[in-house]
Amino acid sequence: MQSFILEACHLDQLIQAIRQHGFQLVGPRLQDGAILYCEITAADQLPRGWTDEQEKGRYRVRRREDDAFFGYNAGPHSWKKFLQQPRRPVWRAQKAAHAMQIEAVVEDAPAMAFLGVRSCELHAIAIQDRVFVDNRFRNESYAGRREKLFIAAVECATAAPTCFCTSMNTGPEVSLPADLVMTEVIHDTEHYFLIRAGSARGEDILHQIPVEAATARQLRQAAAAVERVRQQVEAGPRSFDSSDLKALLYRNFESPAWDQVAERCLSCANCTMACPTCFCSTVEDTTDLSGDHAERWERWDSCFTADFSHLTGGPVRADTRSRYRQWITHKLATWHDQFGTSGCVGCGRCIAWCPVGIDITEEVERVRRLEG
Amino acid sequence: MIPAVYRIERRIEEMPGTFTLSLLPGAREEVVSLRPGQFNMLYAFGAGEVPISSSGTADTPGLVHTIRAQGAVTRALERLREGDTLGLRGPFGNGWPVARLAGRELLVIAGGLGLAPLRPIIYAQLQGSMNVHSVRLFYGARRPAEVLYRSELEQWGRALEVVATVDHADVNWPGRVGVITAPLSTAQLDPQHTVAFICGPEIMMRFCVQLLMGKGISPANIYLSMERNMKCATGHCGHCQWGPNFICRDGPVFRYSDIRGWWQIPAL
Repeated sequence: MQSFILEACHLDQLIQAIRQHGFQLVGPRLQDGAILYCEITAADQLPRGWTDEQEKGRYRVRRREDDAFFGYNAGPHSWKKFLQQPRRPVWRAQKAAHAMQIEAVVEDAPAMAFLGVRSCELHAIAIQDRVFVDNRFRNESYAGRREKLFIAAVECATAAPTCFCTSMNTGPEVSLPADLVMTEVIHDTEHYFLIRAGSARGEDILHQIPVEAATARQLRQAAAAVERVRQQVEAGPRSFDSSDLKALLYRNFESPAWDQVAERCLSCANCTMACPTCFCSTVEDTTDLSGDHAERWERWDSCFTADFSHLTGGPVRADTRSRYRQWITHKLATWHDQFGTSGCVGCGRCIAWCPVGIDITEEVERVRRLEG
Repeated sequence: MIPAVYRIERRIEEMPGTFTLSLLPGAREEVVSLRPGQFNMLYAFGAGEVPISSSGTADTPGLVHTIRAQGAVTRALERLREGDTLGLRGPFGNGWPVARLAGRELLVIAGGLGLAPLRPIIYAQLQGSMNVHSVRLFYGARRPAEVLYRSELEQWGRALEVVATVDHADVNWPGRVGVITAPLSTAQLDPQHTVAFICGPEIMMRFCVQLLMGKGISPANIYLSMERNMKCATGHCGHCQWGPNFICRDGPVFRYSDIRGWWQIPAL
């Protein structure tokens, strides 16, 4: 696959070319003190020159010393909000003279383009595909949005201390197919994107923007930028050996570690909302005041709520101990049996967005330590 | 996946709060058929859906579901009358492994409303459609007034061995008193050729499994039907997860040898 160079000053032309193909473009934007994924119509809306500082229970944006467009790390949003919508209507029903009528809410799914998808996020989307598309039943809402999706991935040129993609084999270099794959390089006075197409649609776009063939030196510079990130993550505080996680957690359903984490965990569900793979949902059934029109809505749900496991006689998981155990054991162990992969991509969102700073990698190590 | 509209053809009040609905599809709807042990999601207008196992026979044209009014949705279903309509999605899940019964002695062990998902098995035997050596039914209920399908139990007793017991008897109860494990423990059975289907409260199933294994029955010959909260029945909502299993997709009927490890873990 041939790689090209797109000068940073021409990034807007890429954005306009994607939009002209009929895609609704979503990408990173500085908003409400965080880098969020929102609709983007021009390059000057991107968080140019901004990055973030992340640690357990902490996230702050700050200025970079350079003008990087994609010099930030995974934020509070993940792309799942565009594919598995946080809240959506499923069906509408009405009472008629002799019978009720039920009609599916069929959405004319928008053709969306994601700009700035990290490798760990590509893996997260692939994990959700296994749940909603490649499963015995399909989620038609997700599948409809997913089929039309155009992905412009951007390799990481920076890493947060909360990142552990190298431990989960999901990055930082892009390791799954995307329509376009970009690497942002800033070197002295140079600022450019190494860009390559991974699909016919991606090639079409490349033909419409001012690119030129990459030189060997530019290829080396881009590879070196990603390699620096790899080394940074591997040497980072969350790097750990994940090879035996399933067996470790399967052995430790009664570990005292669960009691210890339950003393801190608020059961608030933040980790499950921020997680790019957590897929659980619930339904809401409502009627209007006349009582003749009813609707069913689906919305994100979390295994941390008491309602989640409700049965006659009370919740199956009545305490925080059993709920945290369910979440982490599902994510890192039983997910393998269900879908053939881990449910964790190492993005670190659950660490940064936990209000009391619970760290999934520390909790794994706690289980390991207390096993002895 | 949206519900098909079904009409209530017949409603039987089994006991206060527990009722059986016979359902027929509307003219435009496809007829769904359930294997014993499978379930449908029943939708009460505006109130929501609940997973309910099949309680019908294999050869009746409609669907039969026995329901206990417990929450908002089942109470809304309770208010429906003959001629009313409800929504139905299904069939879901794996049923009882009827094909594995050739020449076996089948123990059907049910507690309370747990008899409902096993009724199709009894019917299949009475109709001679099961290739088994024999079927024995062990049934326990809390009180005589809570004995499900009471008049049918008497009829079934003429064709197969039926042992019924109640936890708390009254003066009109002619039968056994106590939990179901008592008659089960004294039952003569051939452990090499016995298969057990169990459905009831988890605590009851726990004691029955323990007892059957103590009598030498292999964990591979014990099957039980599990219950968990369920919203979608299609493996997407995550609610019914139990270890690596989705009850809706991988159950609700499980072979005990396949789930033994998960069965031991409280609050899983």
